[in-house]
Amino acid sequence: MNFNATLIGQMITFGLLVLFTMKYVWPPIIQAMQDRQKRIADGLASAERGMREQELAKAKAAQMLKEAKQQATEIIAQAQKRANEAIEQSKLEARAEGDRQLVVAKTEIEQEVNRAREQLRSQVISLAVAGASKVLKREVDEAANAALLDDLIAQL
Amino acid sequence: MSETGHSATGYIVHHLTNLRFDLTQMKFLHGEETGGFGVVHLDTMVFSIALGSLFLWLFMKAAKSATSDVPGPLQNFCEIMVEFVDTQVKDSFHGRNPVIAPLALTIFIWVFLWNTMDLIPVDLLPAIAGVFGIPYLRTVPSTDLNSTFGLSISVLLLLYYYSFKVKGPIHFSMEILTHPFGIWLMPFNLLLRIVEDLAKPISLGLRLFGNLYAGELIFILIALLPWWLQFVLGWPWAVFHILVITLQAFIFMVLTIVYLSMAHEDH
Repeated sequence: MNFNATLIGQMITFGLLVLFTMKYVWPPIIQAMQDRQKRIADGLASAERGMREQELAKAKAAQMLKEAKQQATEIIAQAQKRANEAIEQSKLEARAEGDRQLVVAKTEIEQEVNRAREQLRSQVISLAVAGASKVLKREVDEAANAALLDDLIAQL
Repeated sequence: MSETGHSATGYIVHHLTNLRFDLTQMKFLHGEETGGFGVVHLDTMVFSIALGSLFLWLFMKAAKSATSDVPGPLQNFCEIMVEFVDTQVKDSFHGRNPVIAPLALTIFIWVFLWNTMDLIPVDLLPAIAGVFGIPYLRTVPSTDLNSTFGLSISVLLLLYYYSFKVKGPIHFSMEILTHPFGIWLMPFNLLLRIVEDLAKPISLGLRLFGNLYAGELIFILIALLPWWLQFVLGWPWAVFHILVITLQAFIFMVLTIVYLSMAHEDH
């Protein structure tokens, strides 16, 4: 157990090993590790960004939904209002139409009544004339009494 | 039991002997023969280079197909290791240095693999080697002082290299001479610094070596017991050793990072 040339041999071997490790072993492995680290960090960052974007989109969607709901409510209210207006309008129209028809009917009725009265009157006149003529057949001359009858008609 | 040693001592000594090749004489050393500095422990070299290659092969395979998409199991494993080491480096080192993290990764995995060899049954690989006519084989590189000091001395050299590079020679010399007691206690500062810098590689190398050497020795001692007792003692020791091998690799890595960060920082 003493020192000899083995010592030098081992030192040379060691030096060569270190040289090889430095050149061919360490850099690629550490490079791969660093690359992976970077990729993972990037992935995490983009995941974070994605999450934030999603949150934003969610908020936006909620906002839009709210607006849409509001709009829908407005539209419904407007429609209801318009419907009410239409109903009112048609009610009014219907009433006016009814009034108009009532007036027409009334005038017709009046006309009918008038006509019937005229008819009745002329019939009454004819009847009266017939009665009177039957009563006065003998002694009264038709021509002599005509002036009297006209007077009577005017009074009716 | 060992094929050469008939006594327990022989068995242990045989297990603690490296496969030595003397470069100056170009021959293998046997038994009690000793060589000078020209001797190479072939088993230590072969196993540590093989384990280093295993580490590189595994991690380069993962690095080549590394994607930032869903990683496969191999890439996952390598990324866990890289991330673990990177965290350790970032915790204690605040400068910018492209060497330290790969260095720490290399130390951690390589030392861990060295230590893991300790969990292979002590007689298995030497017995297989024996079949092929190899007389000695120590399978755990971290039980060889040359390995652990090879690492710790390399770390010391890096320490000085970066101290010079970052602080500049003048600033660095000033730091050695005036820290921590000021300019008037210059010799004492220098002495303290020498002790401090000697202690770093020695403590680094000896800690790893001592832990793993002791662990291996206990495995060898357990291997001397009757077969029915081997499992009873060997299993808990191996389980405990899983902790030791990981911890020692971790400590070596962390201390290296700490020392190197000290080299980068002003006192």
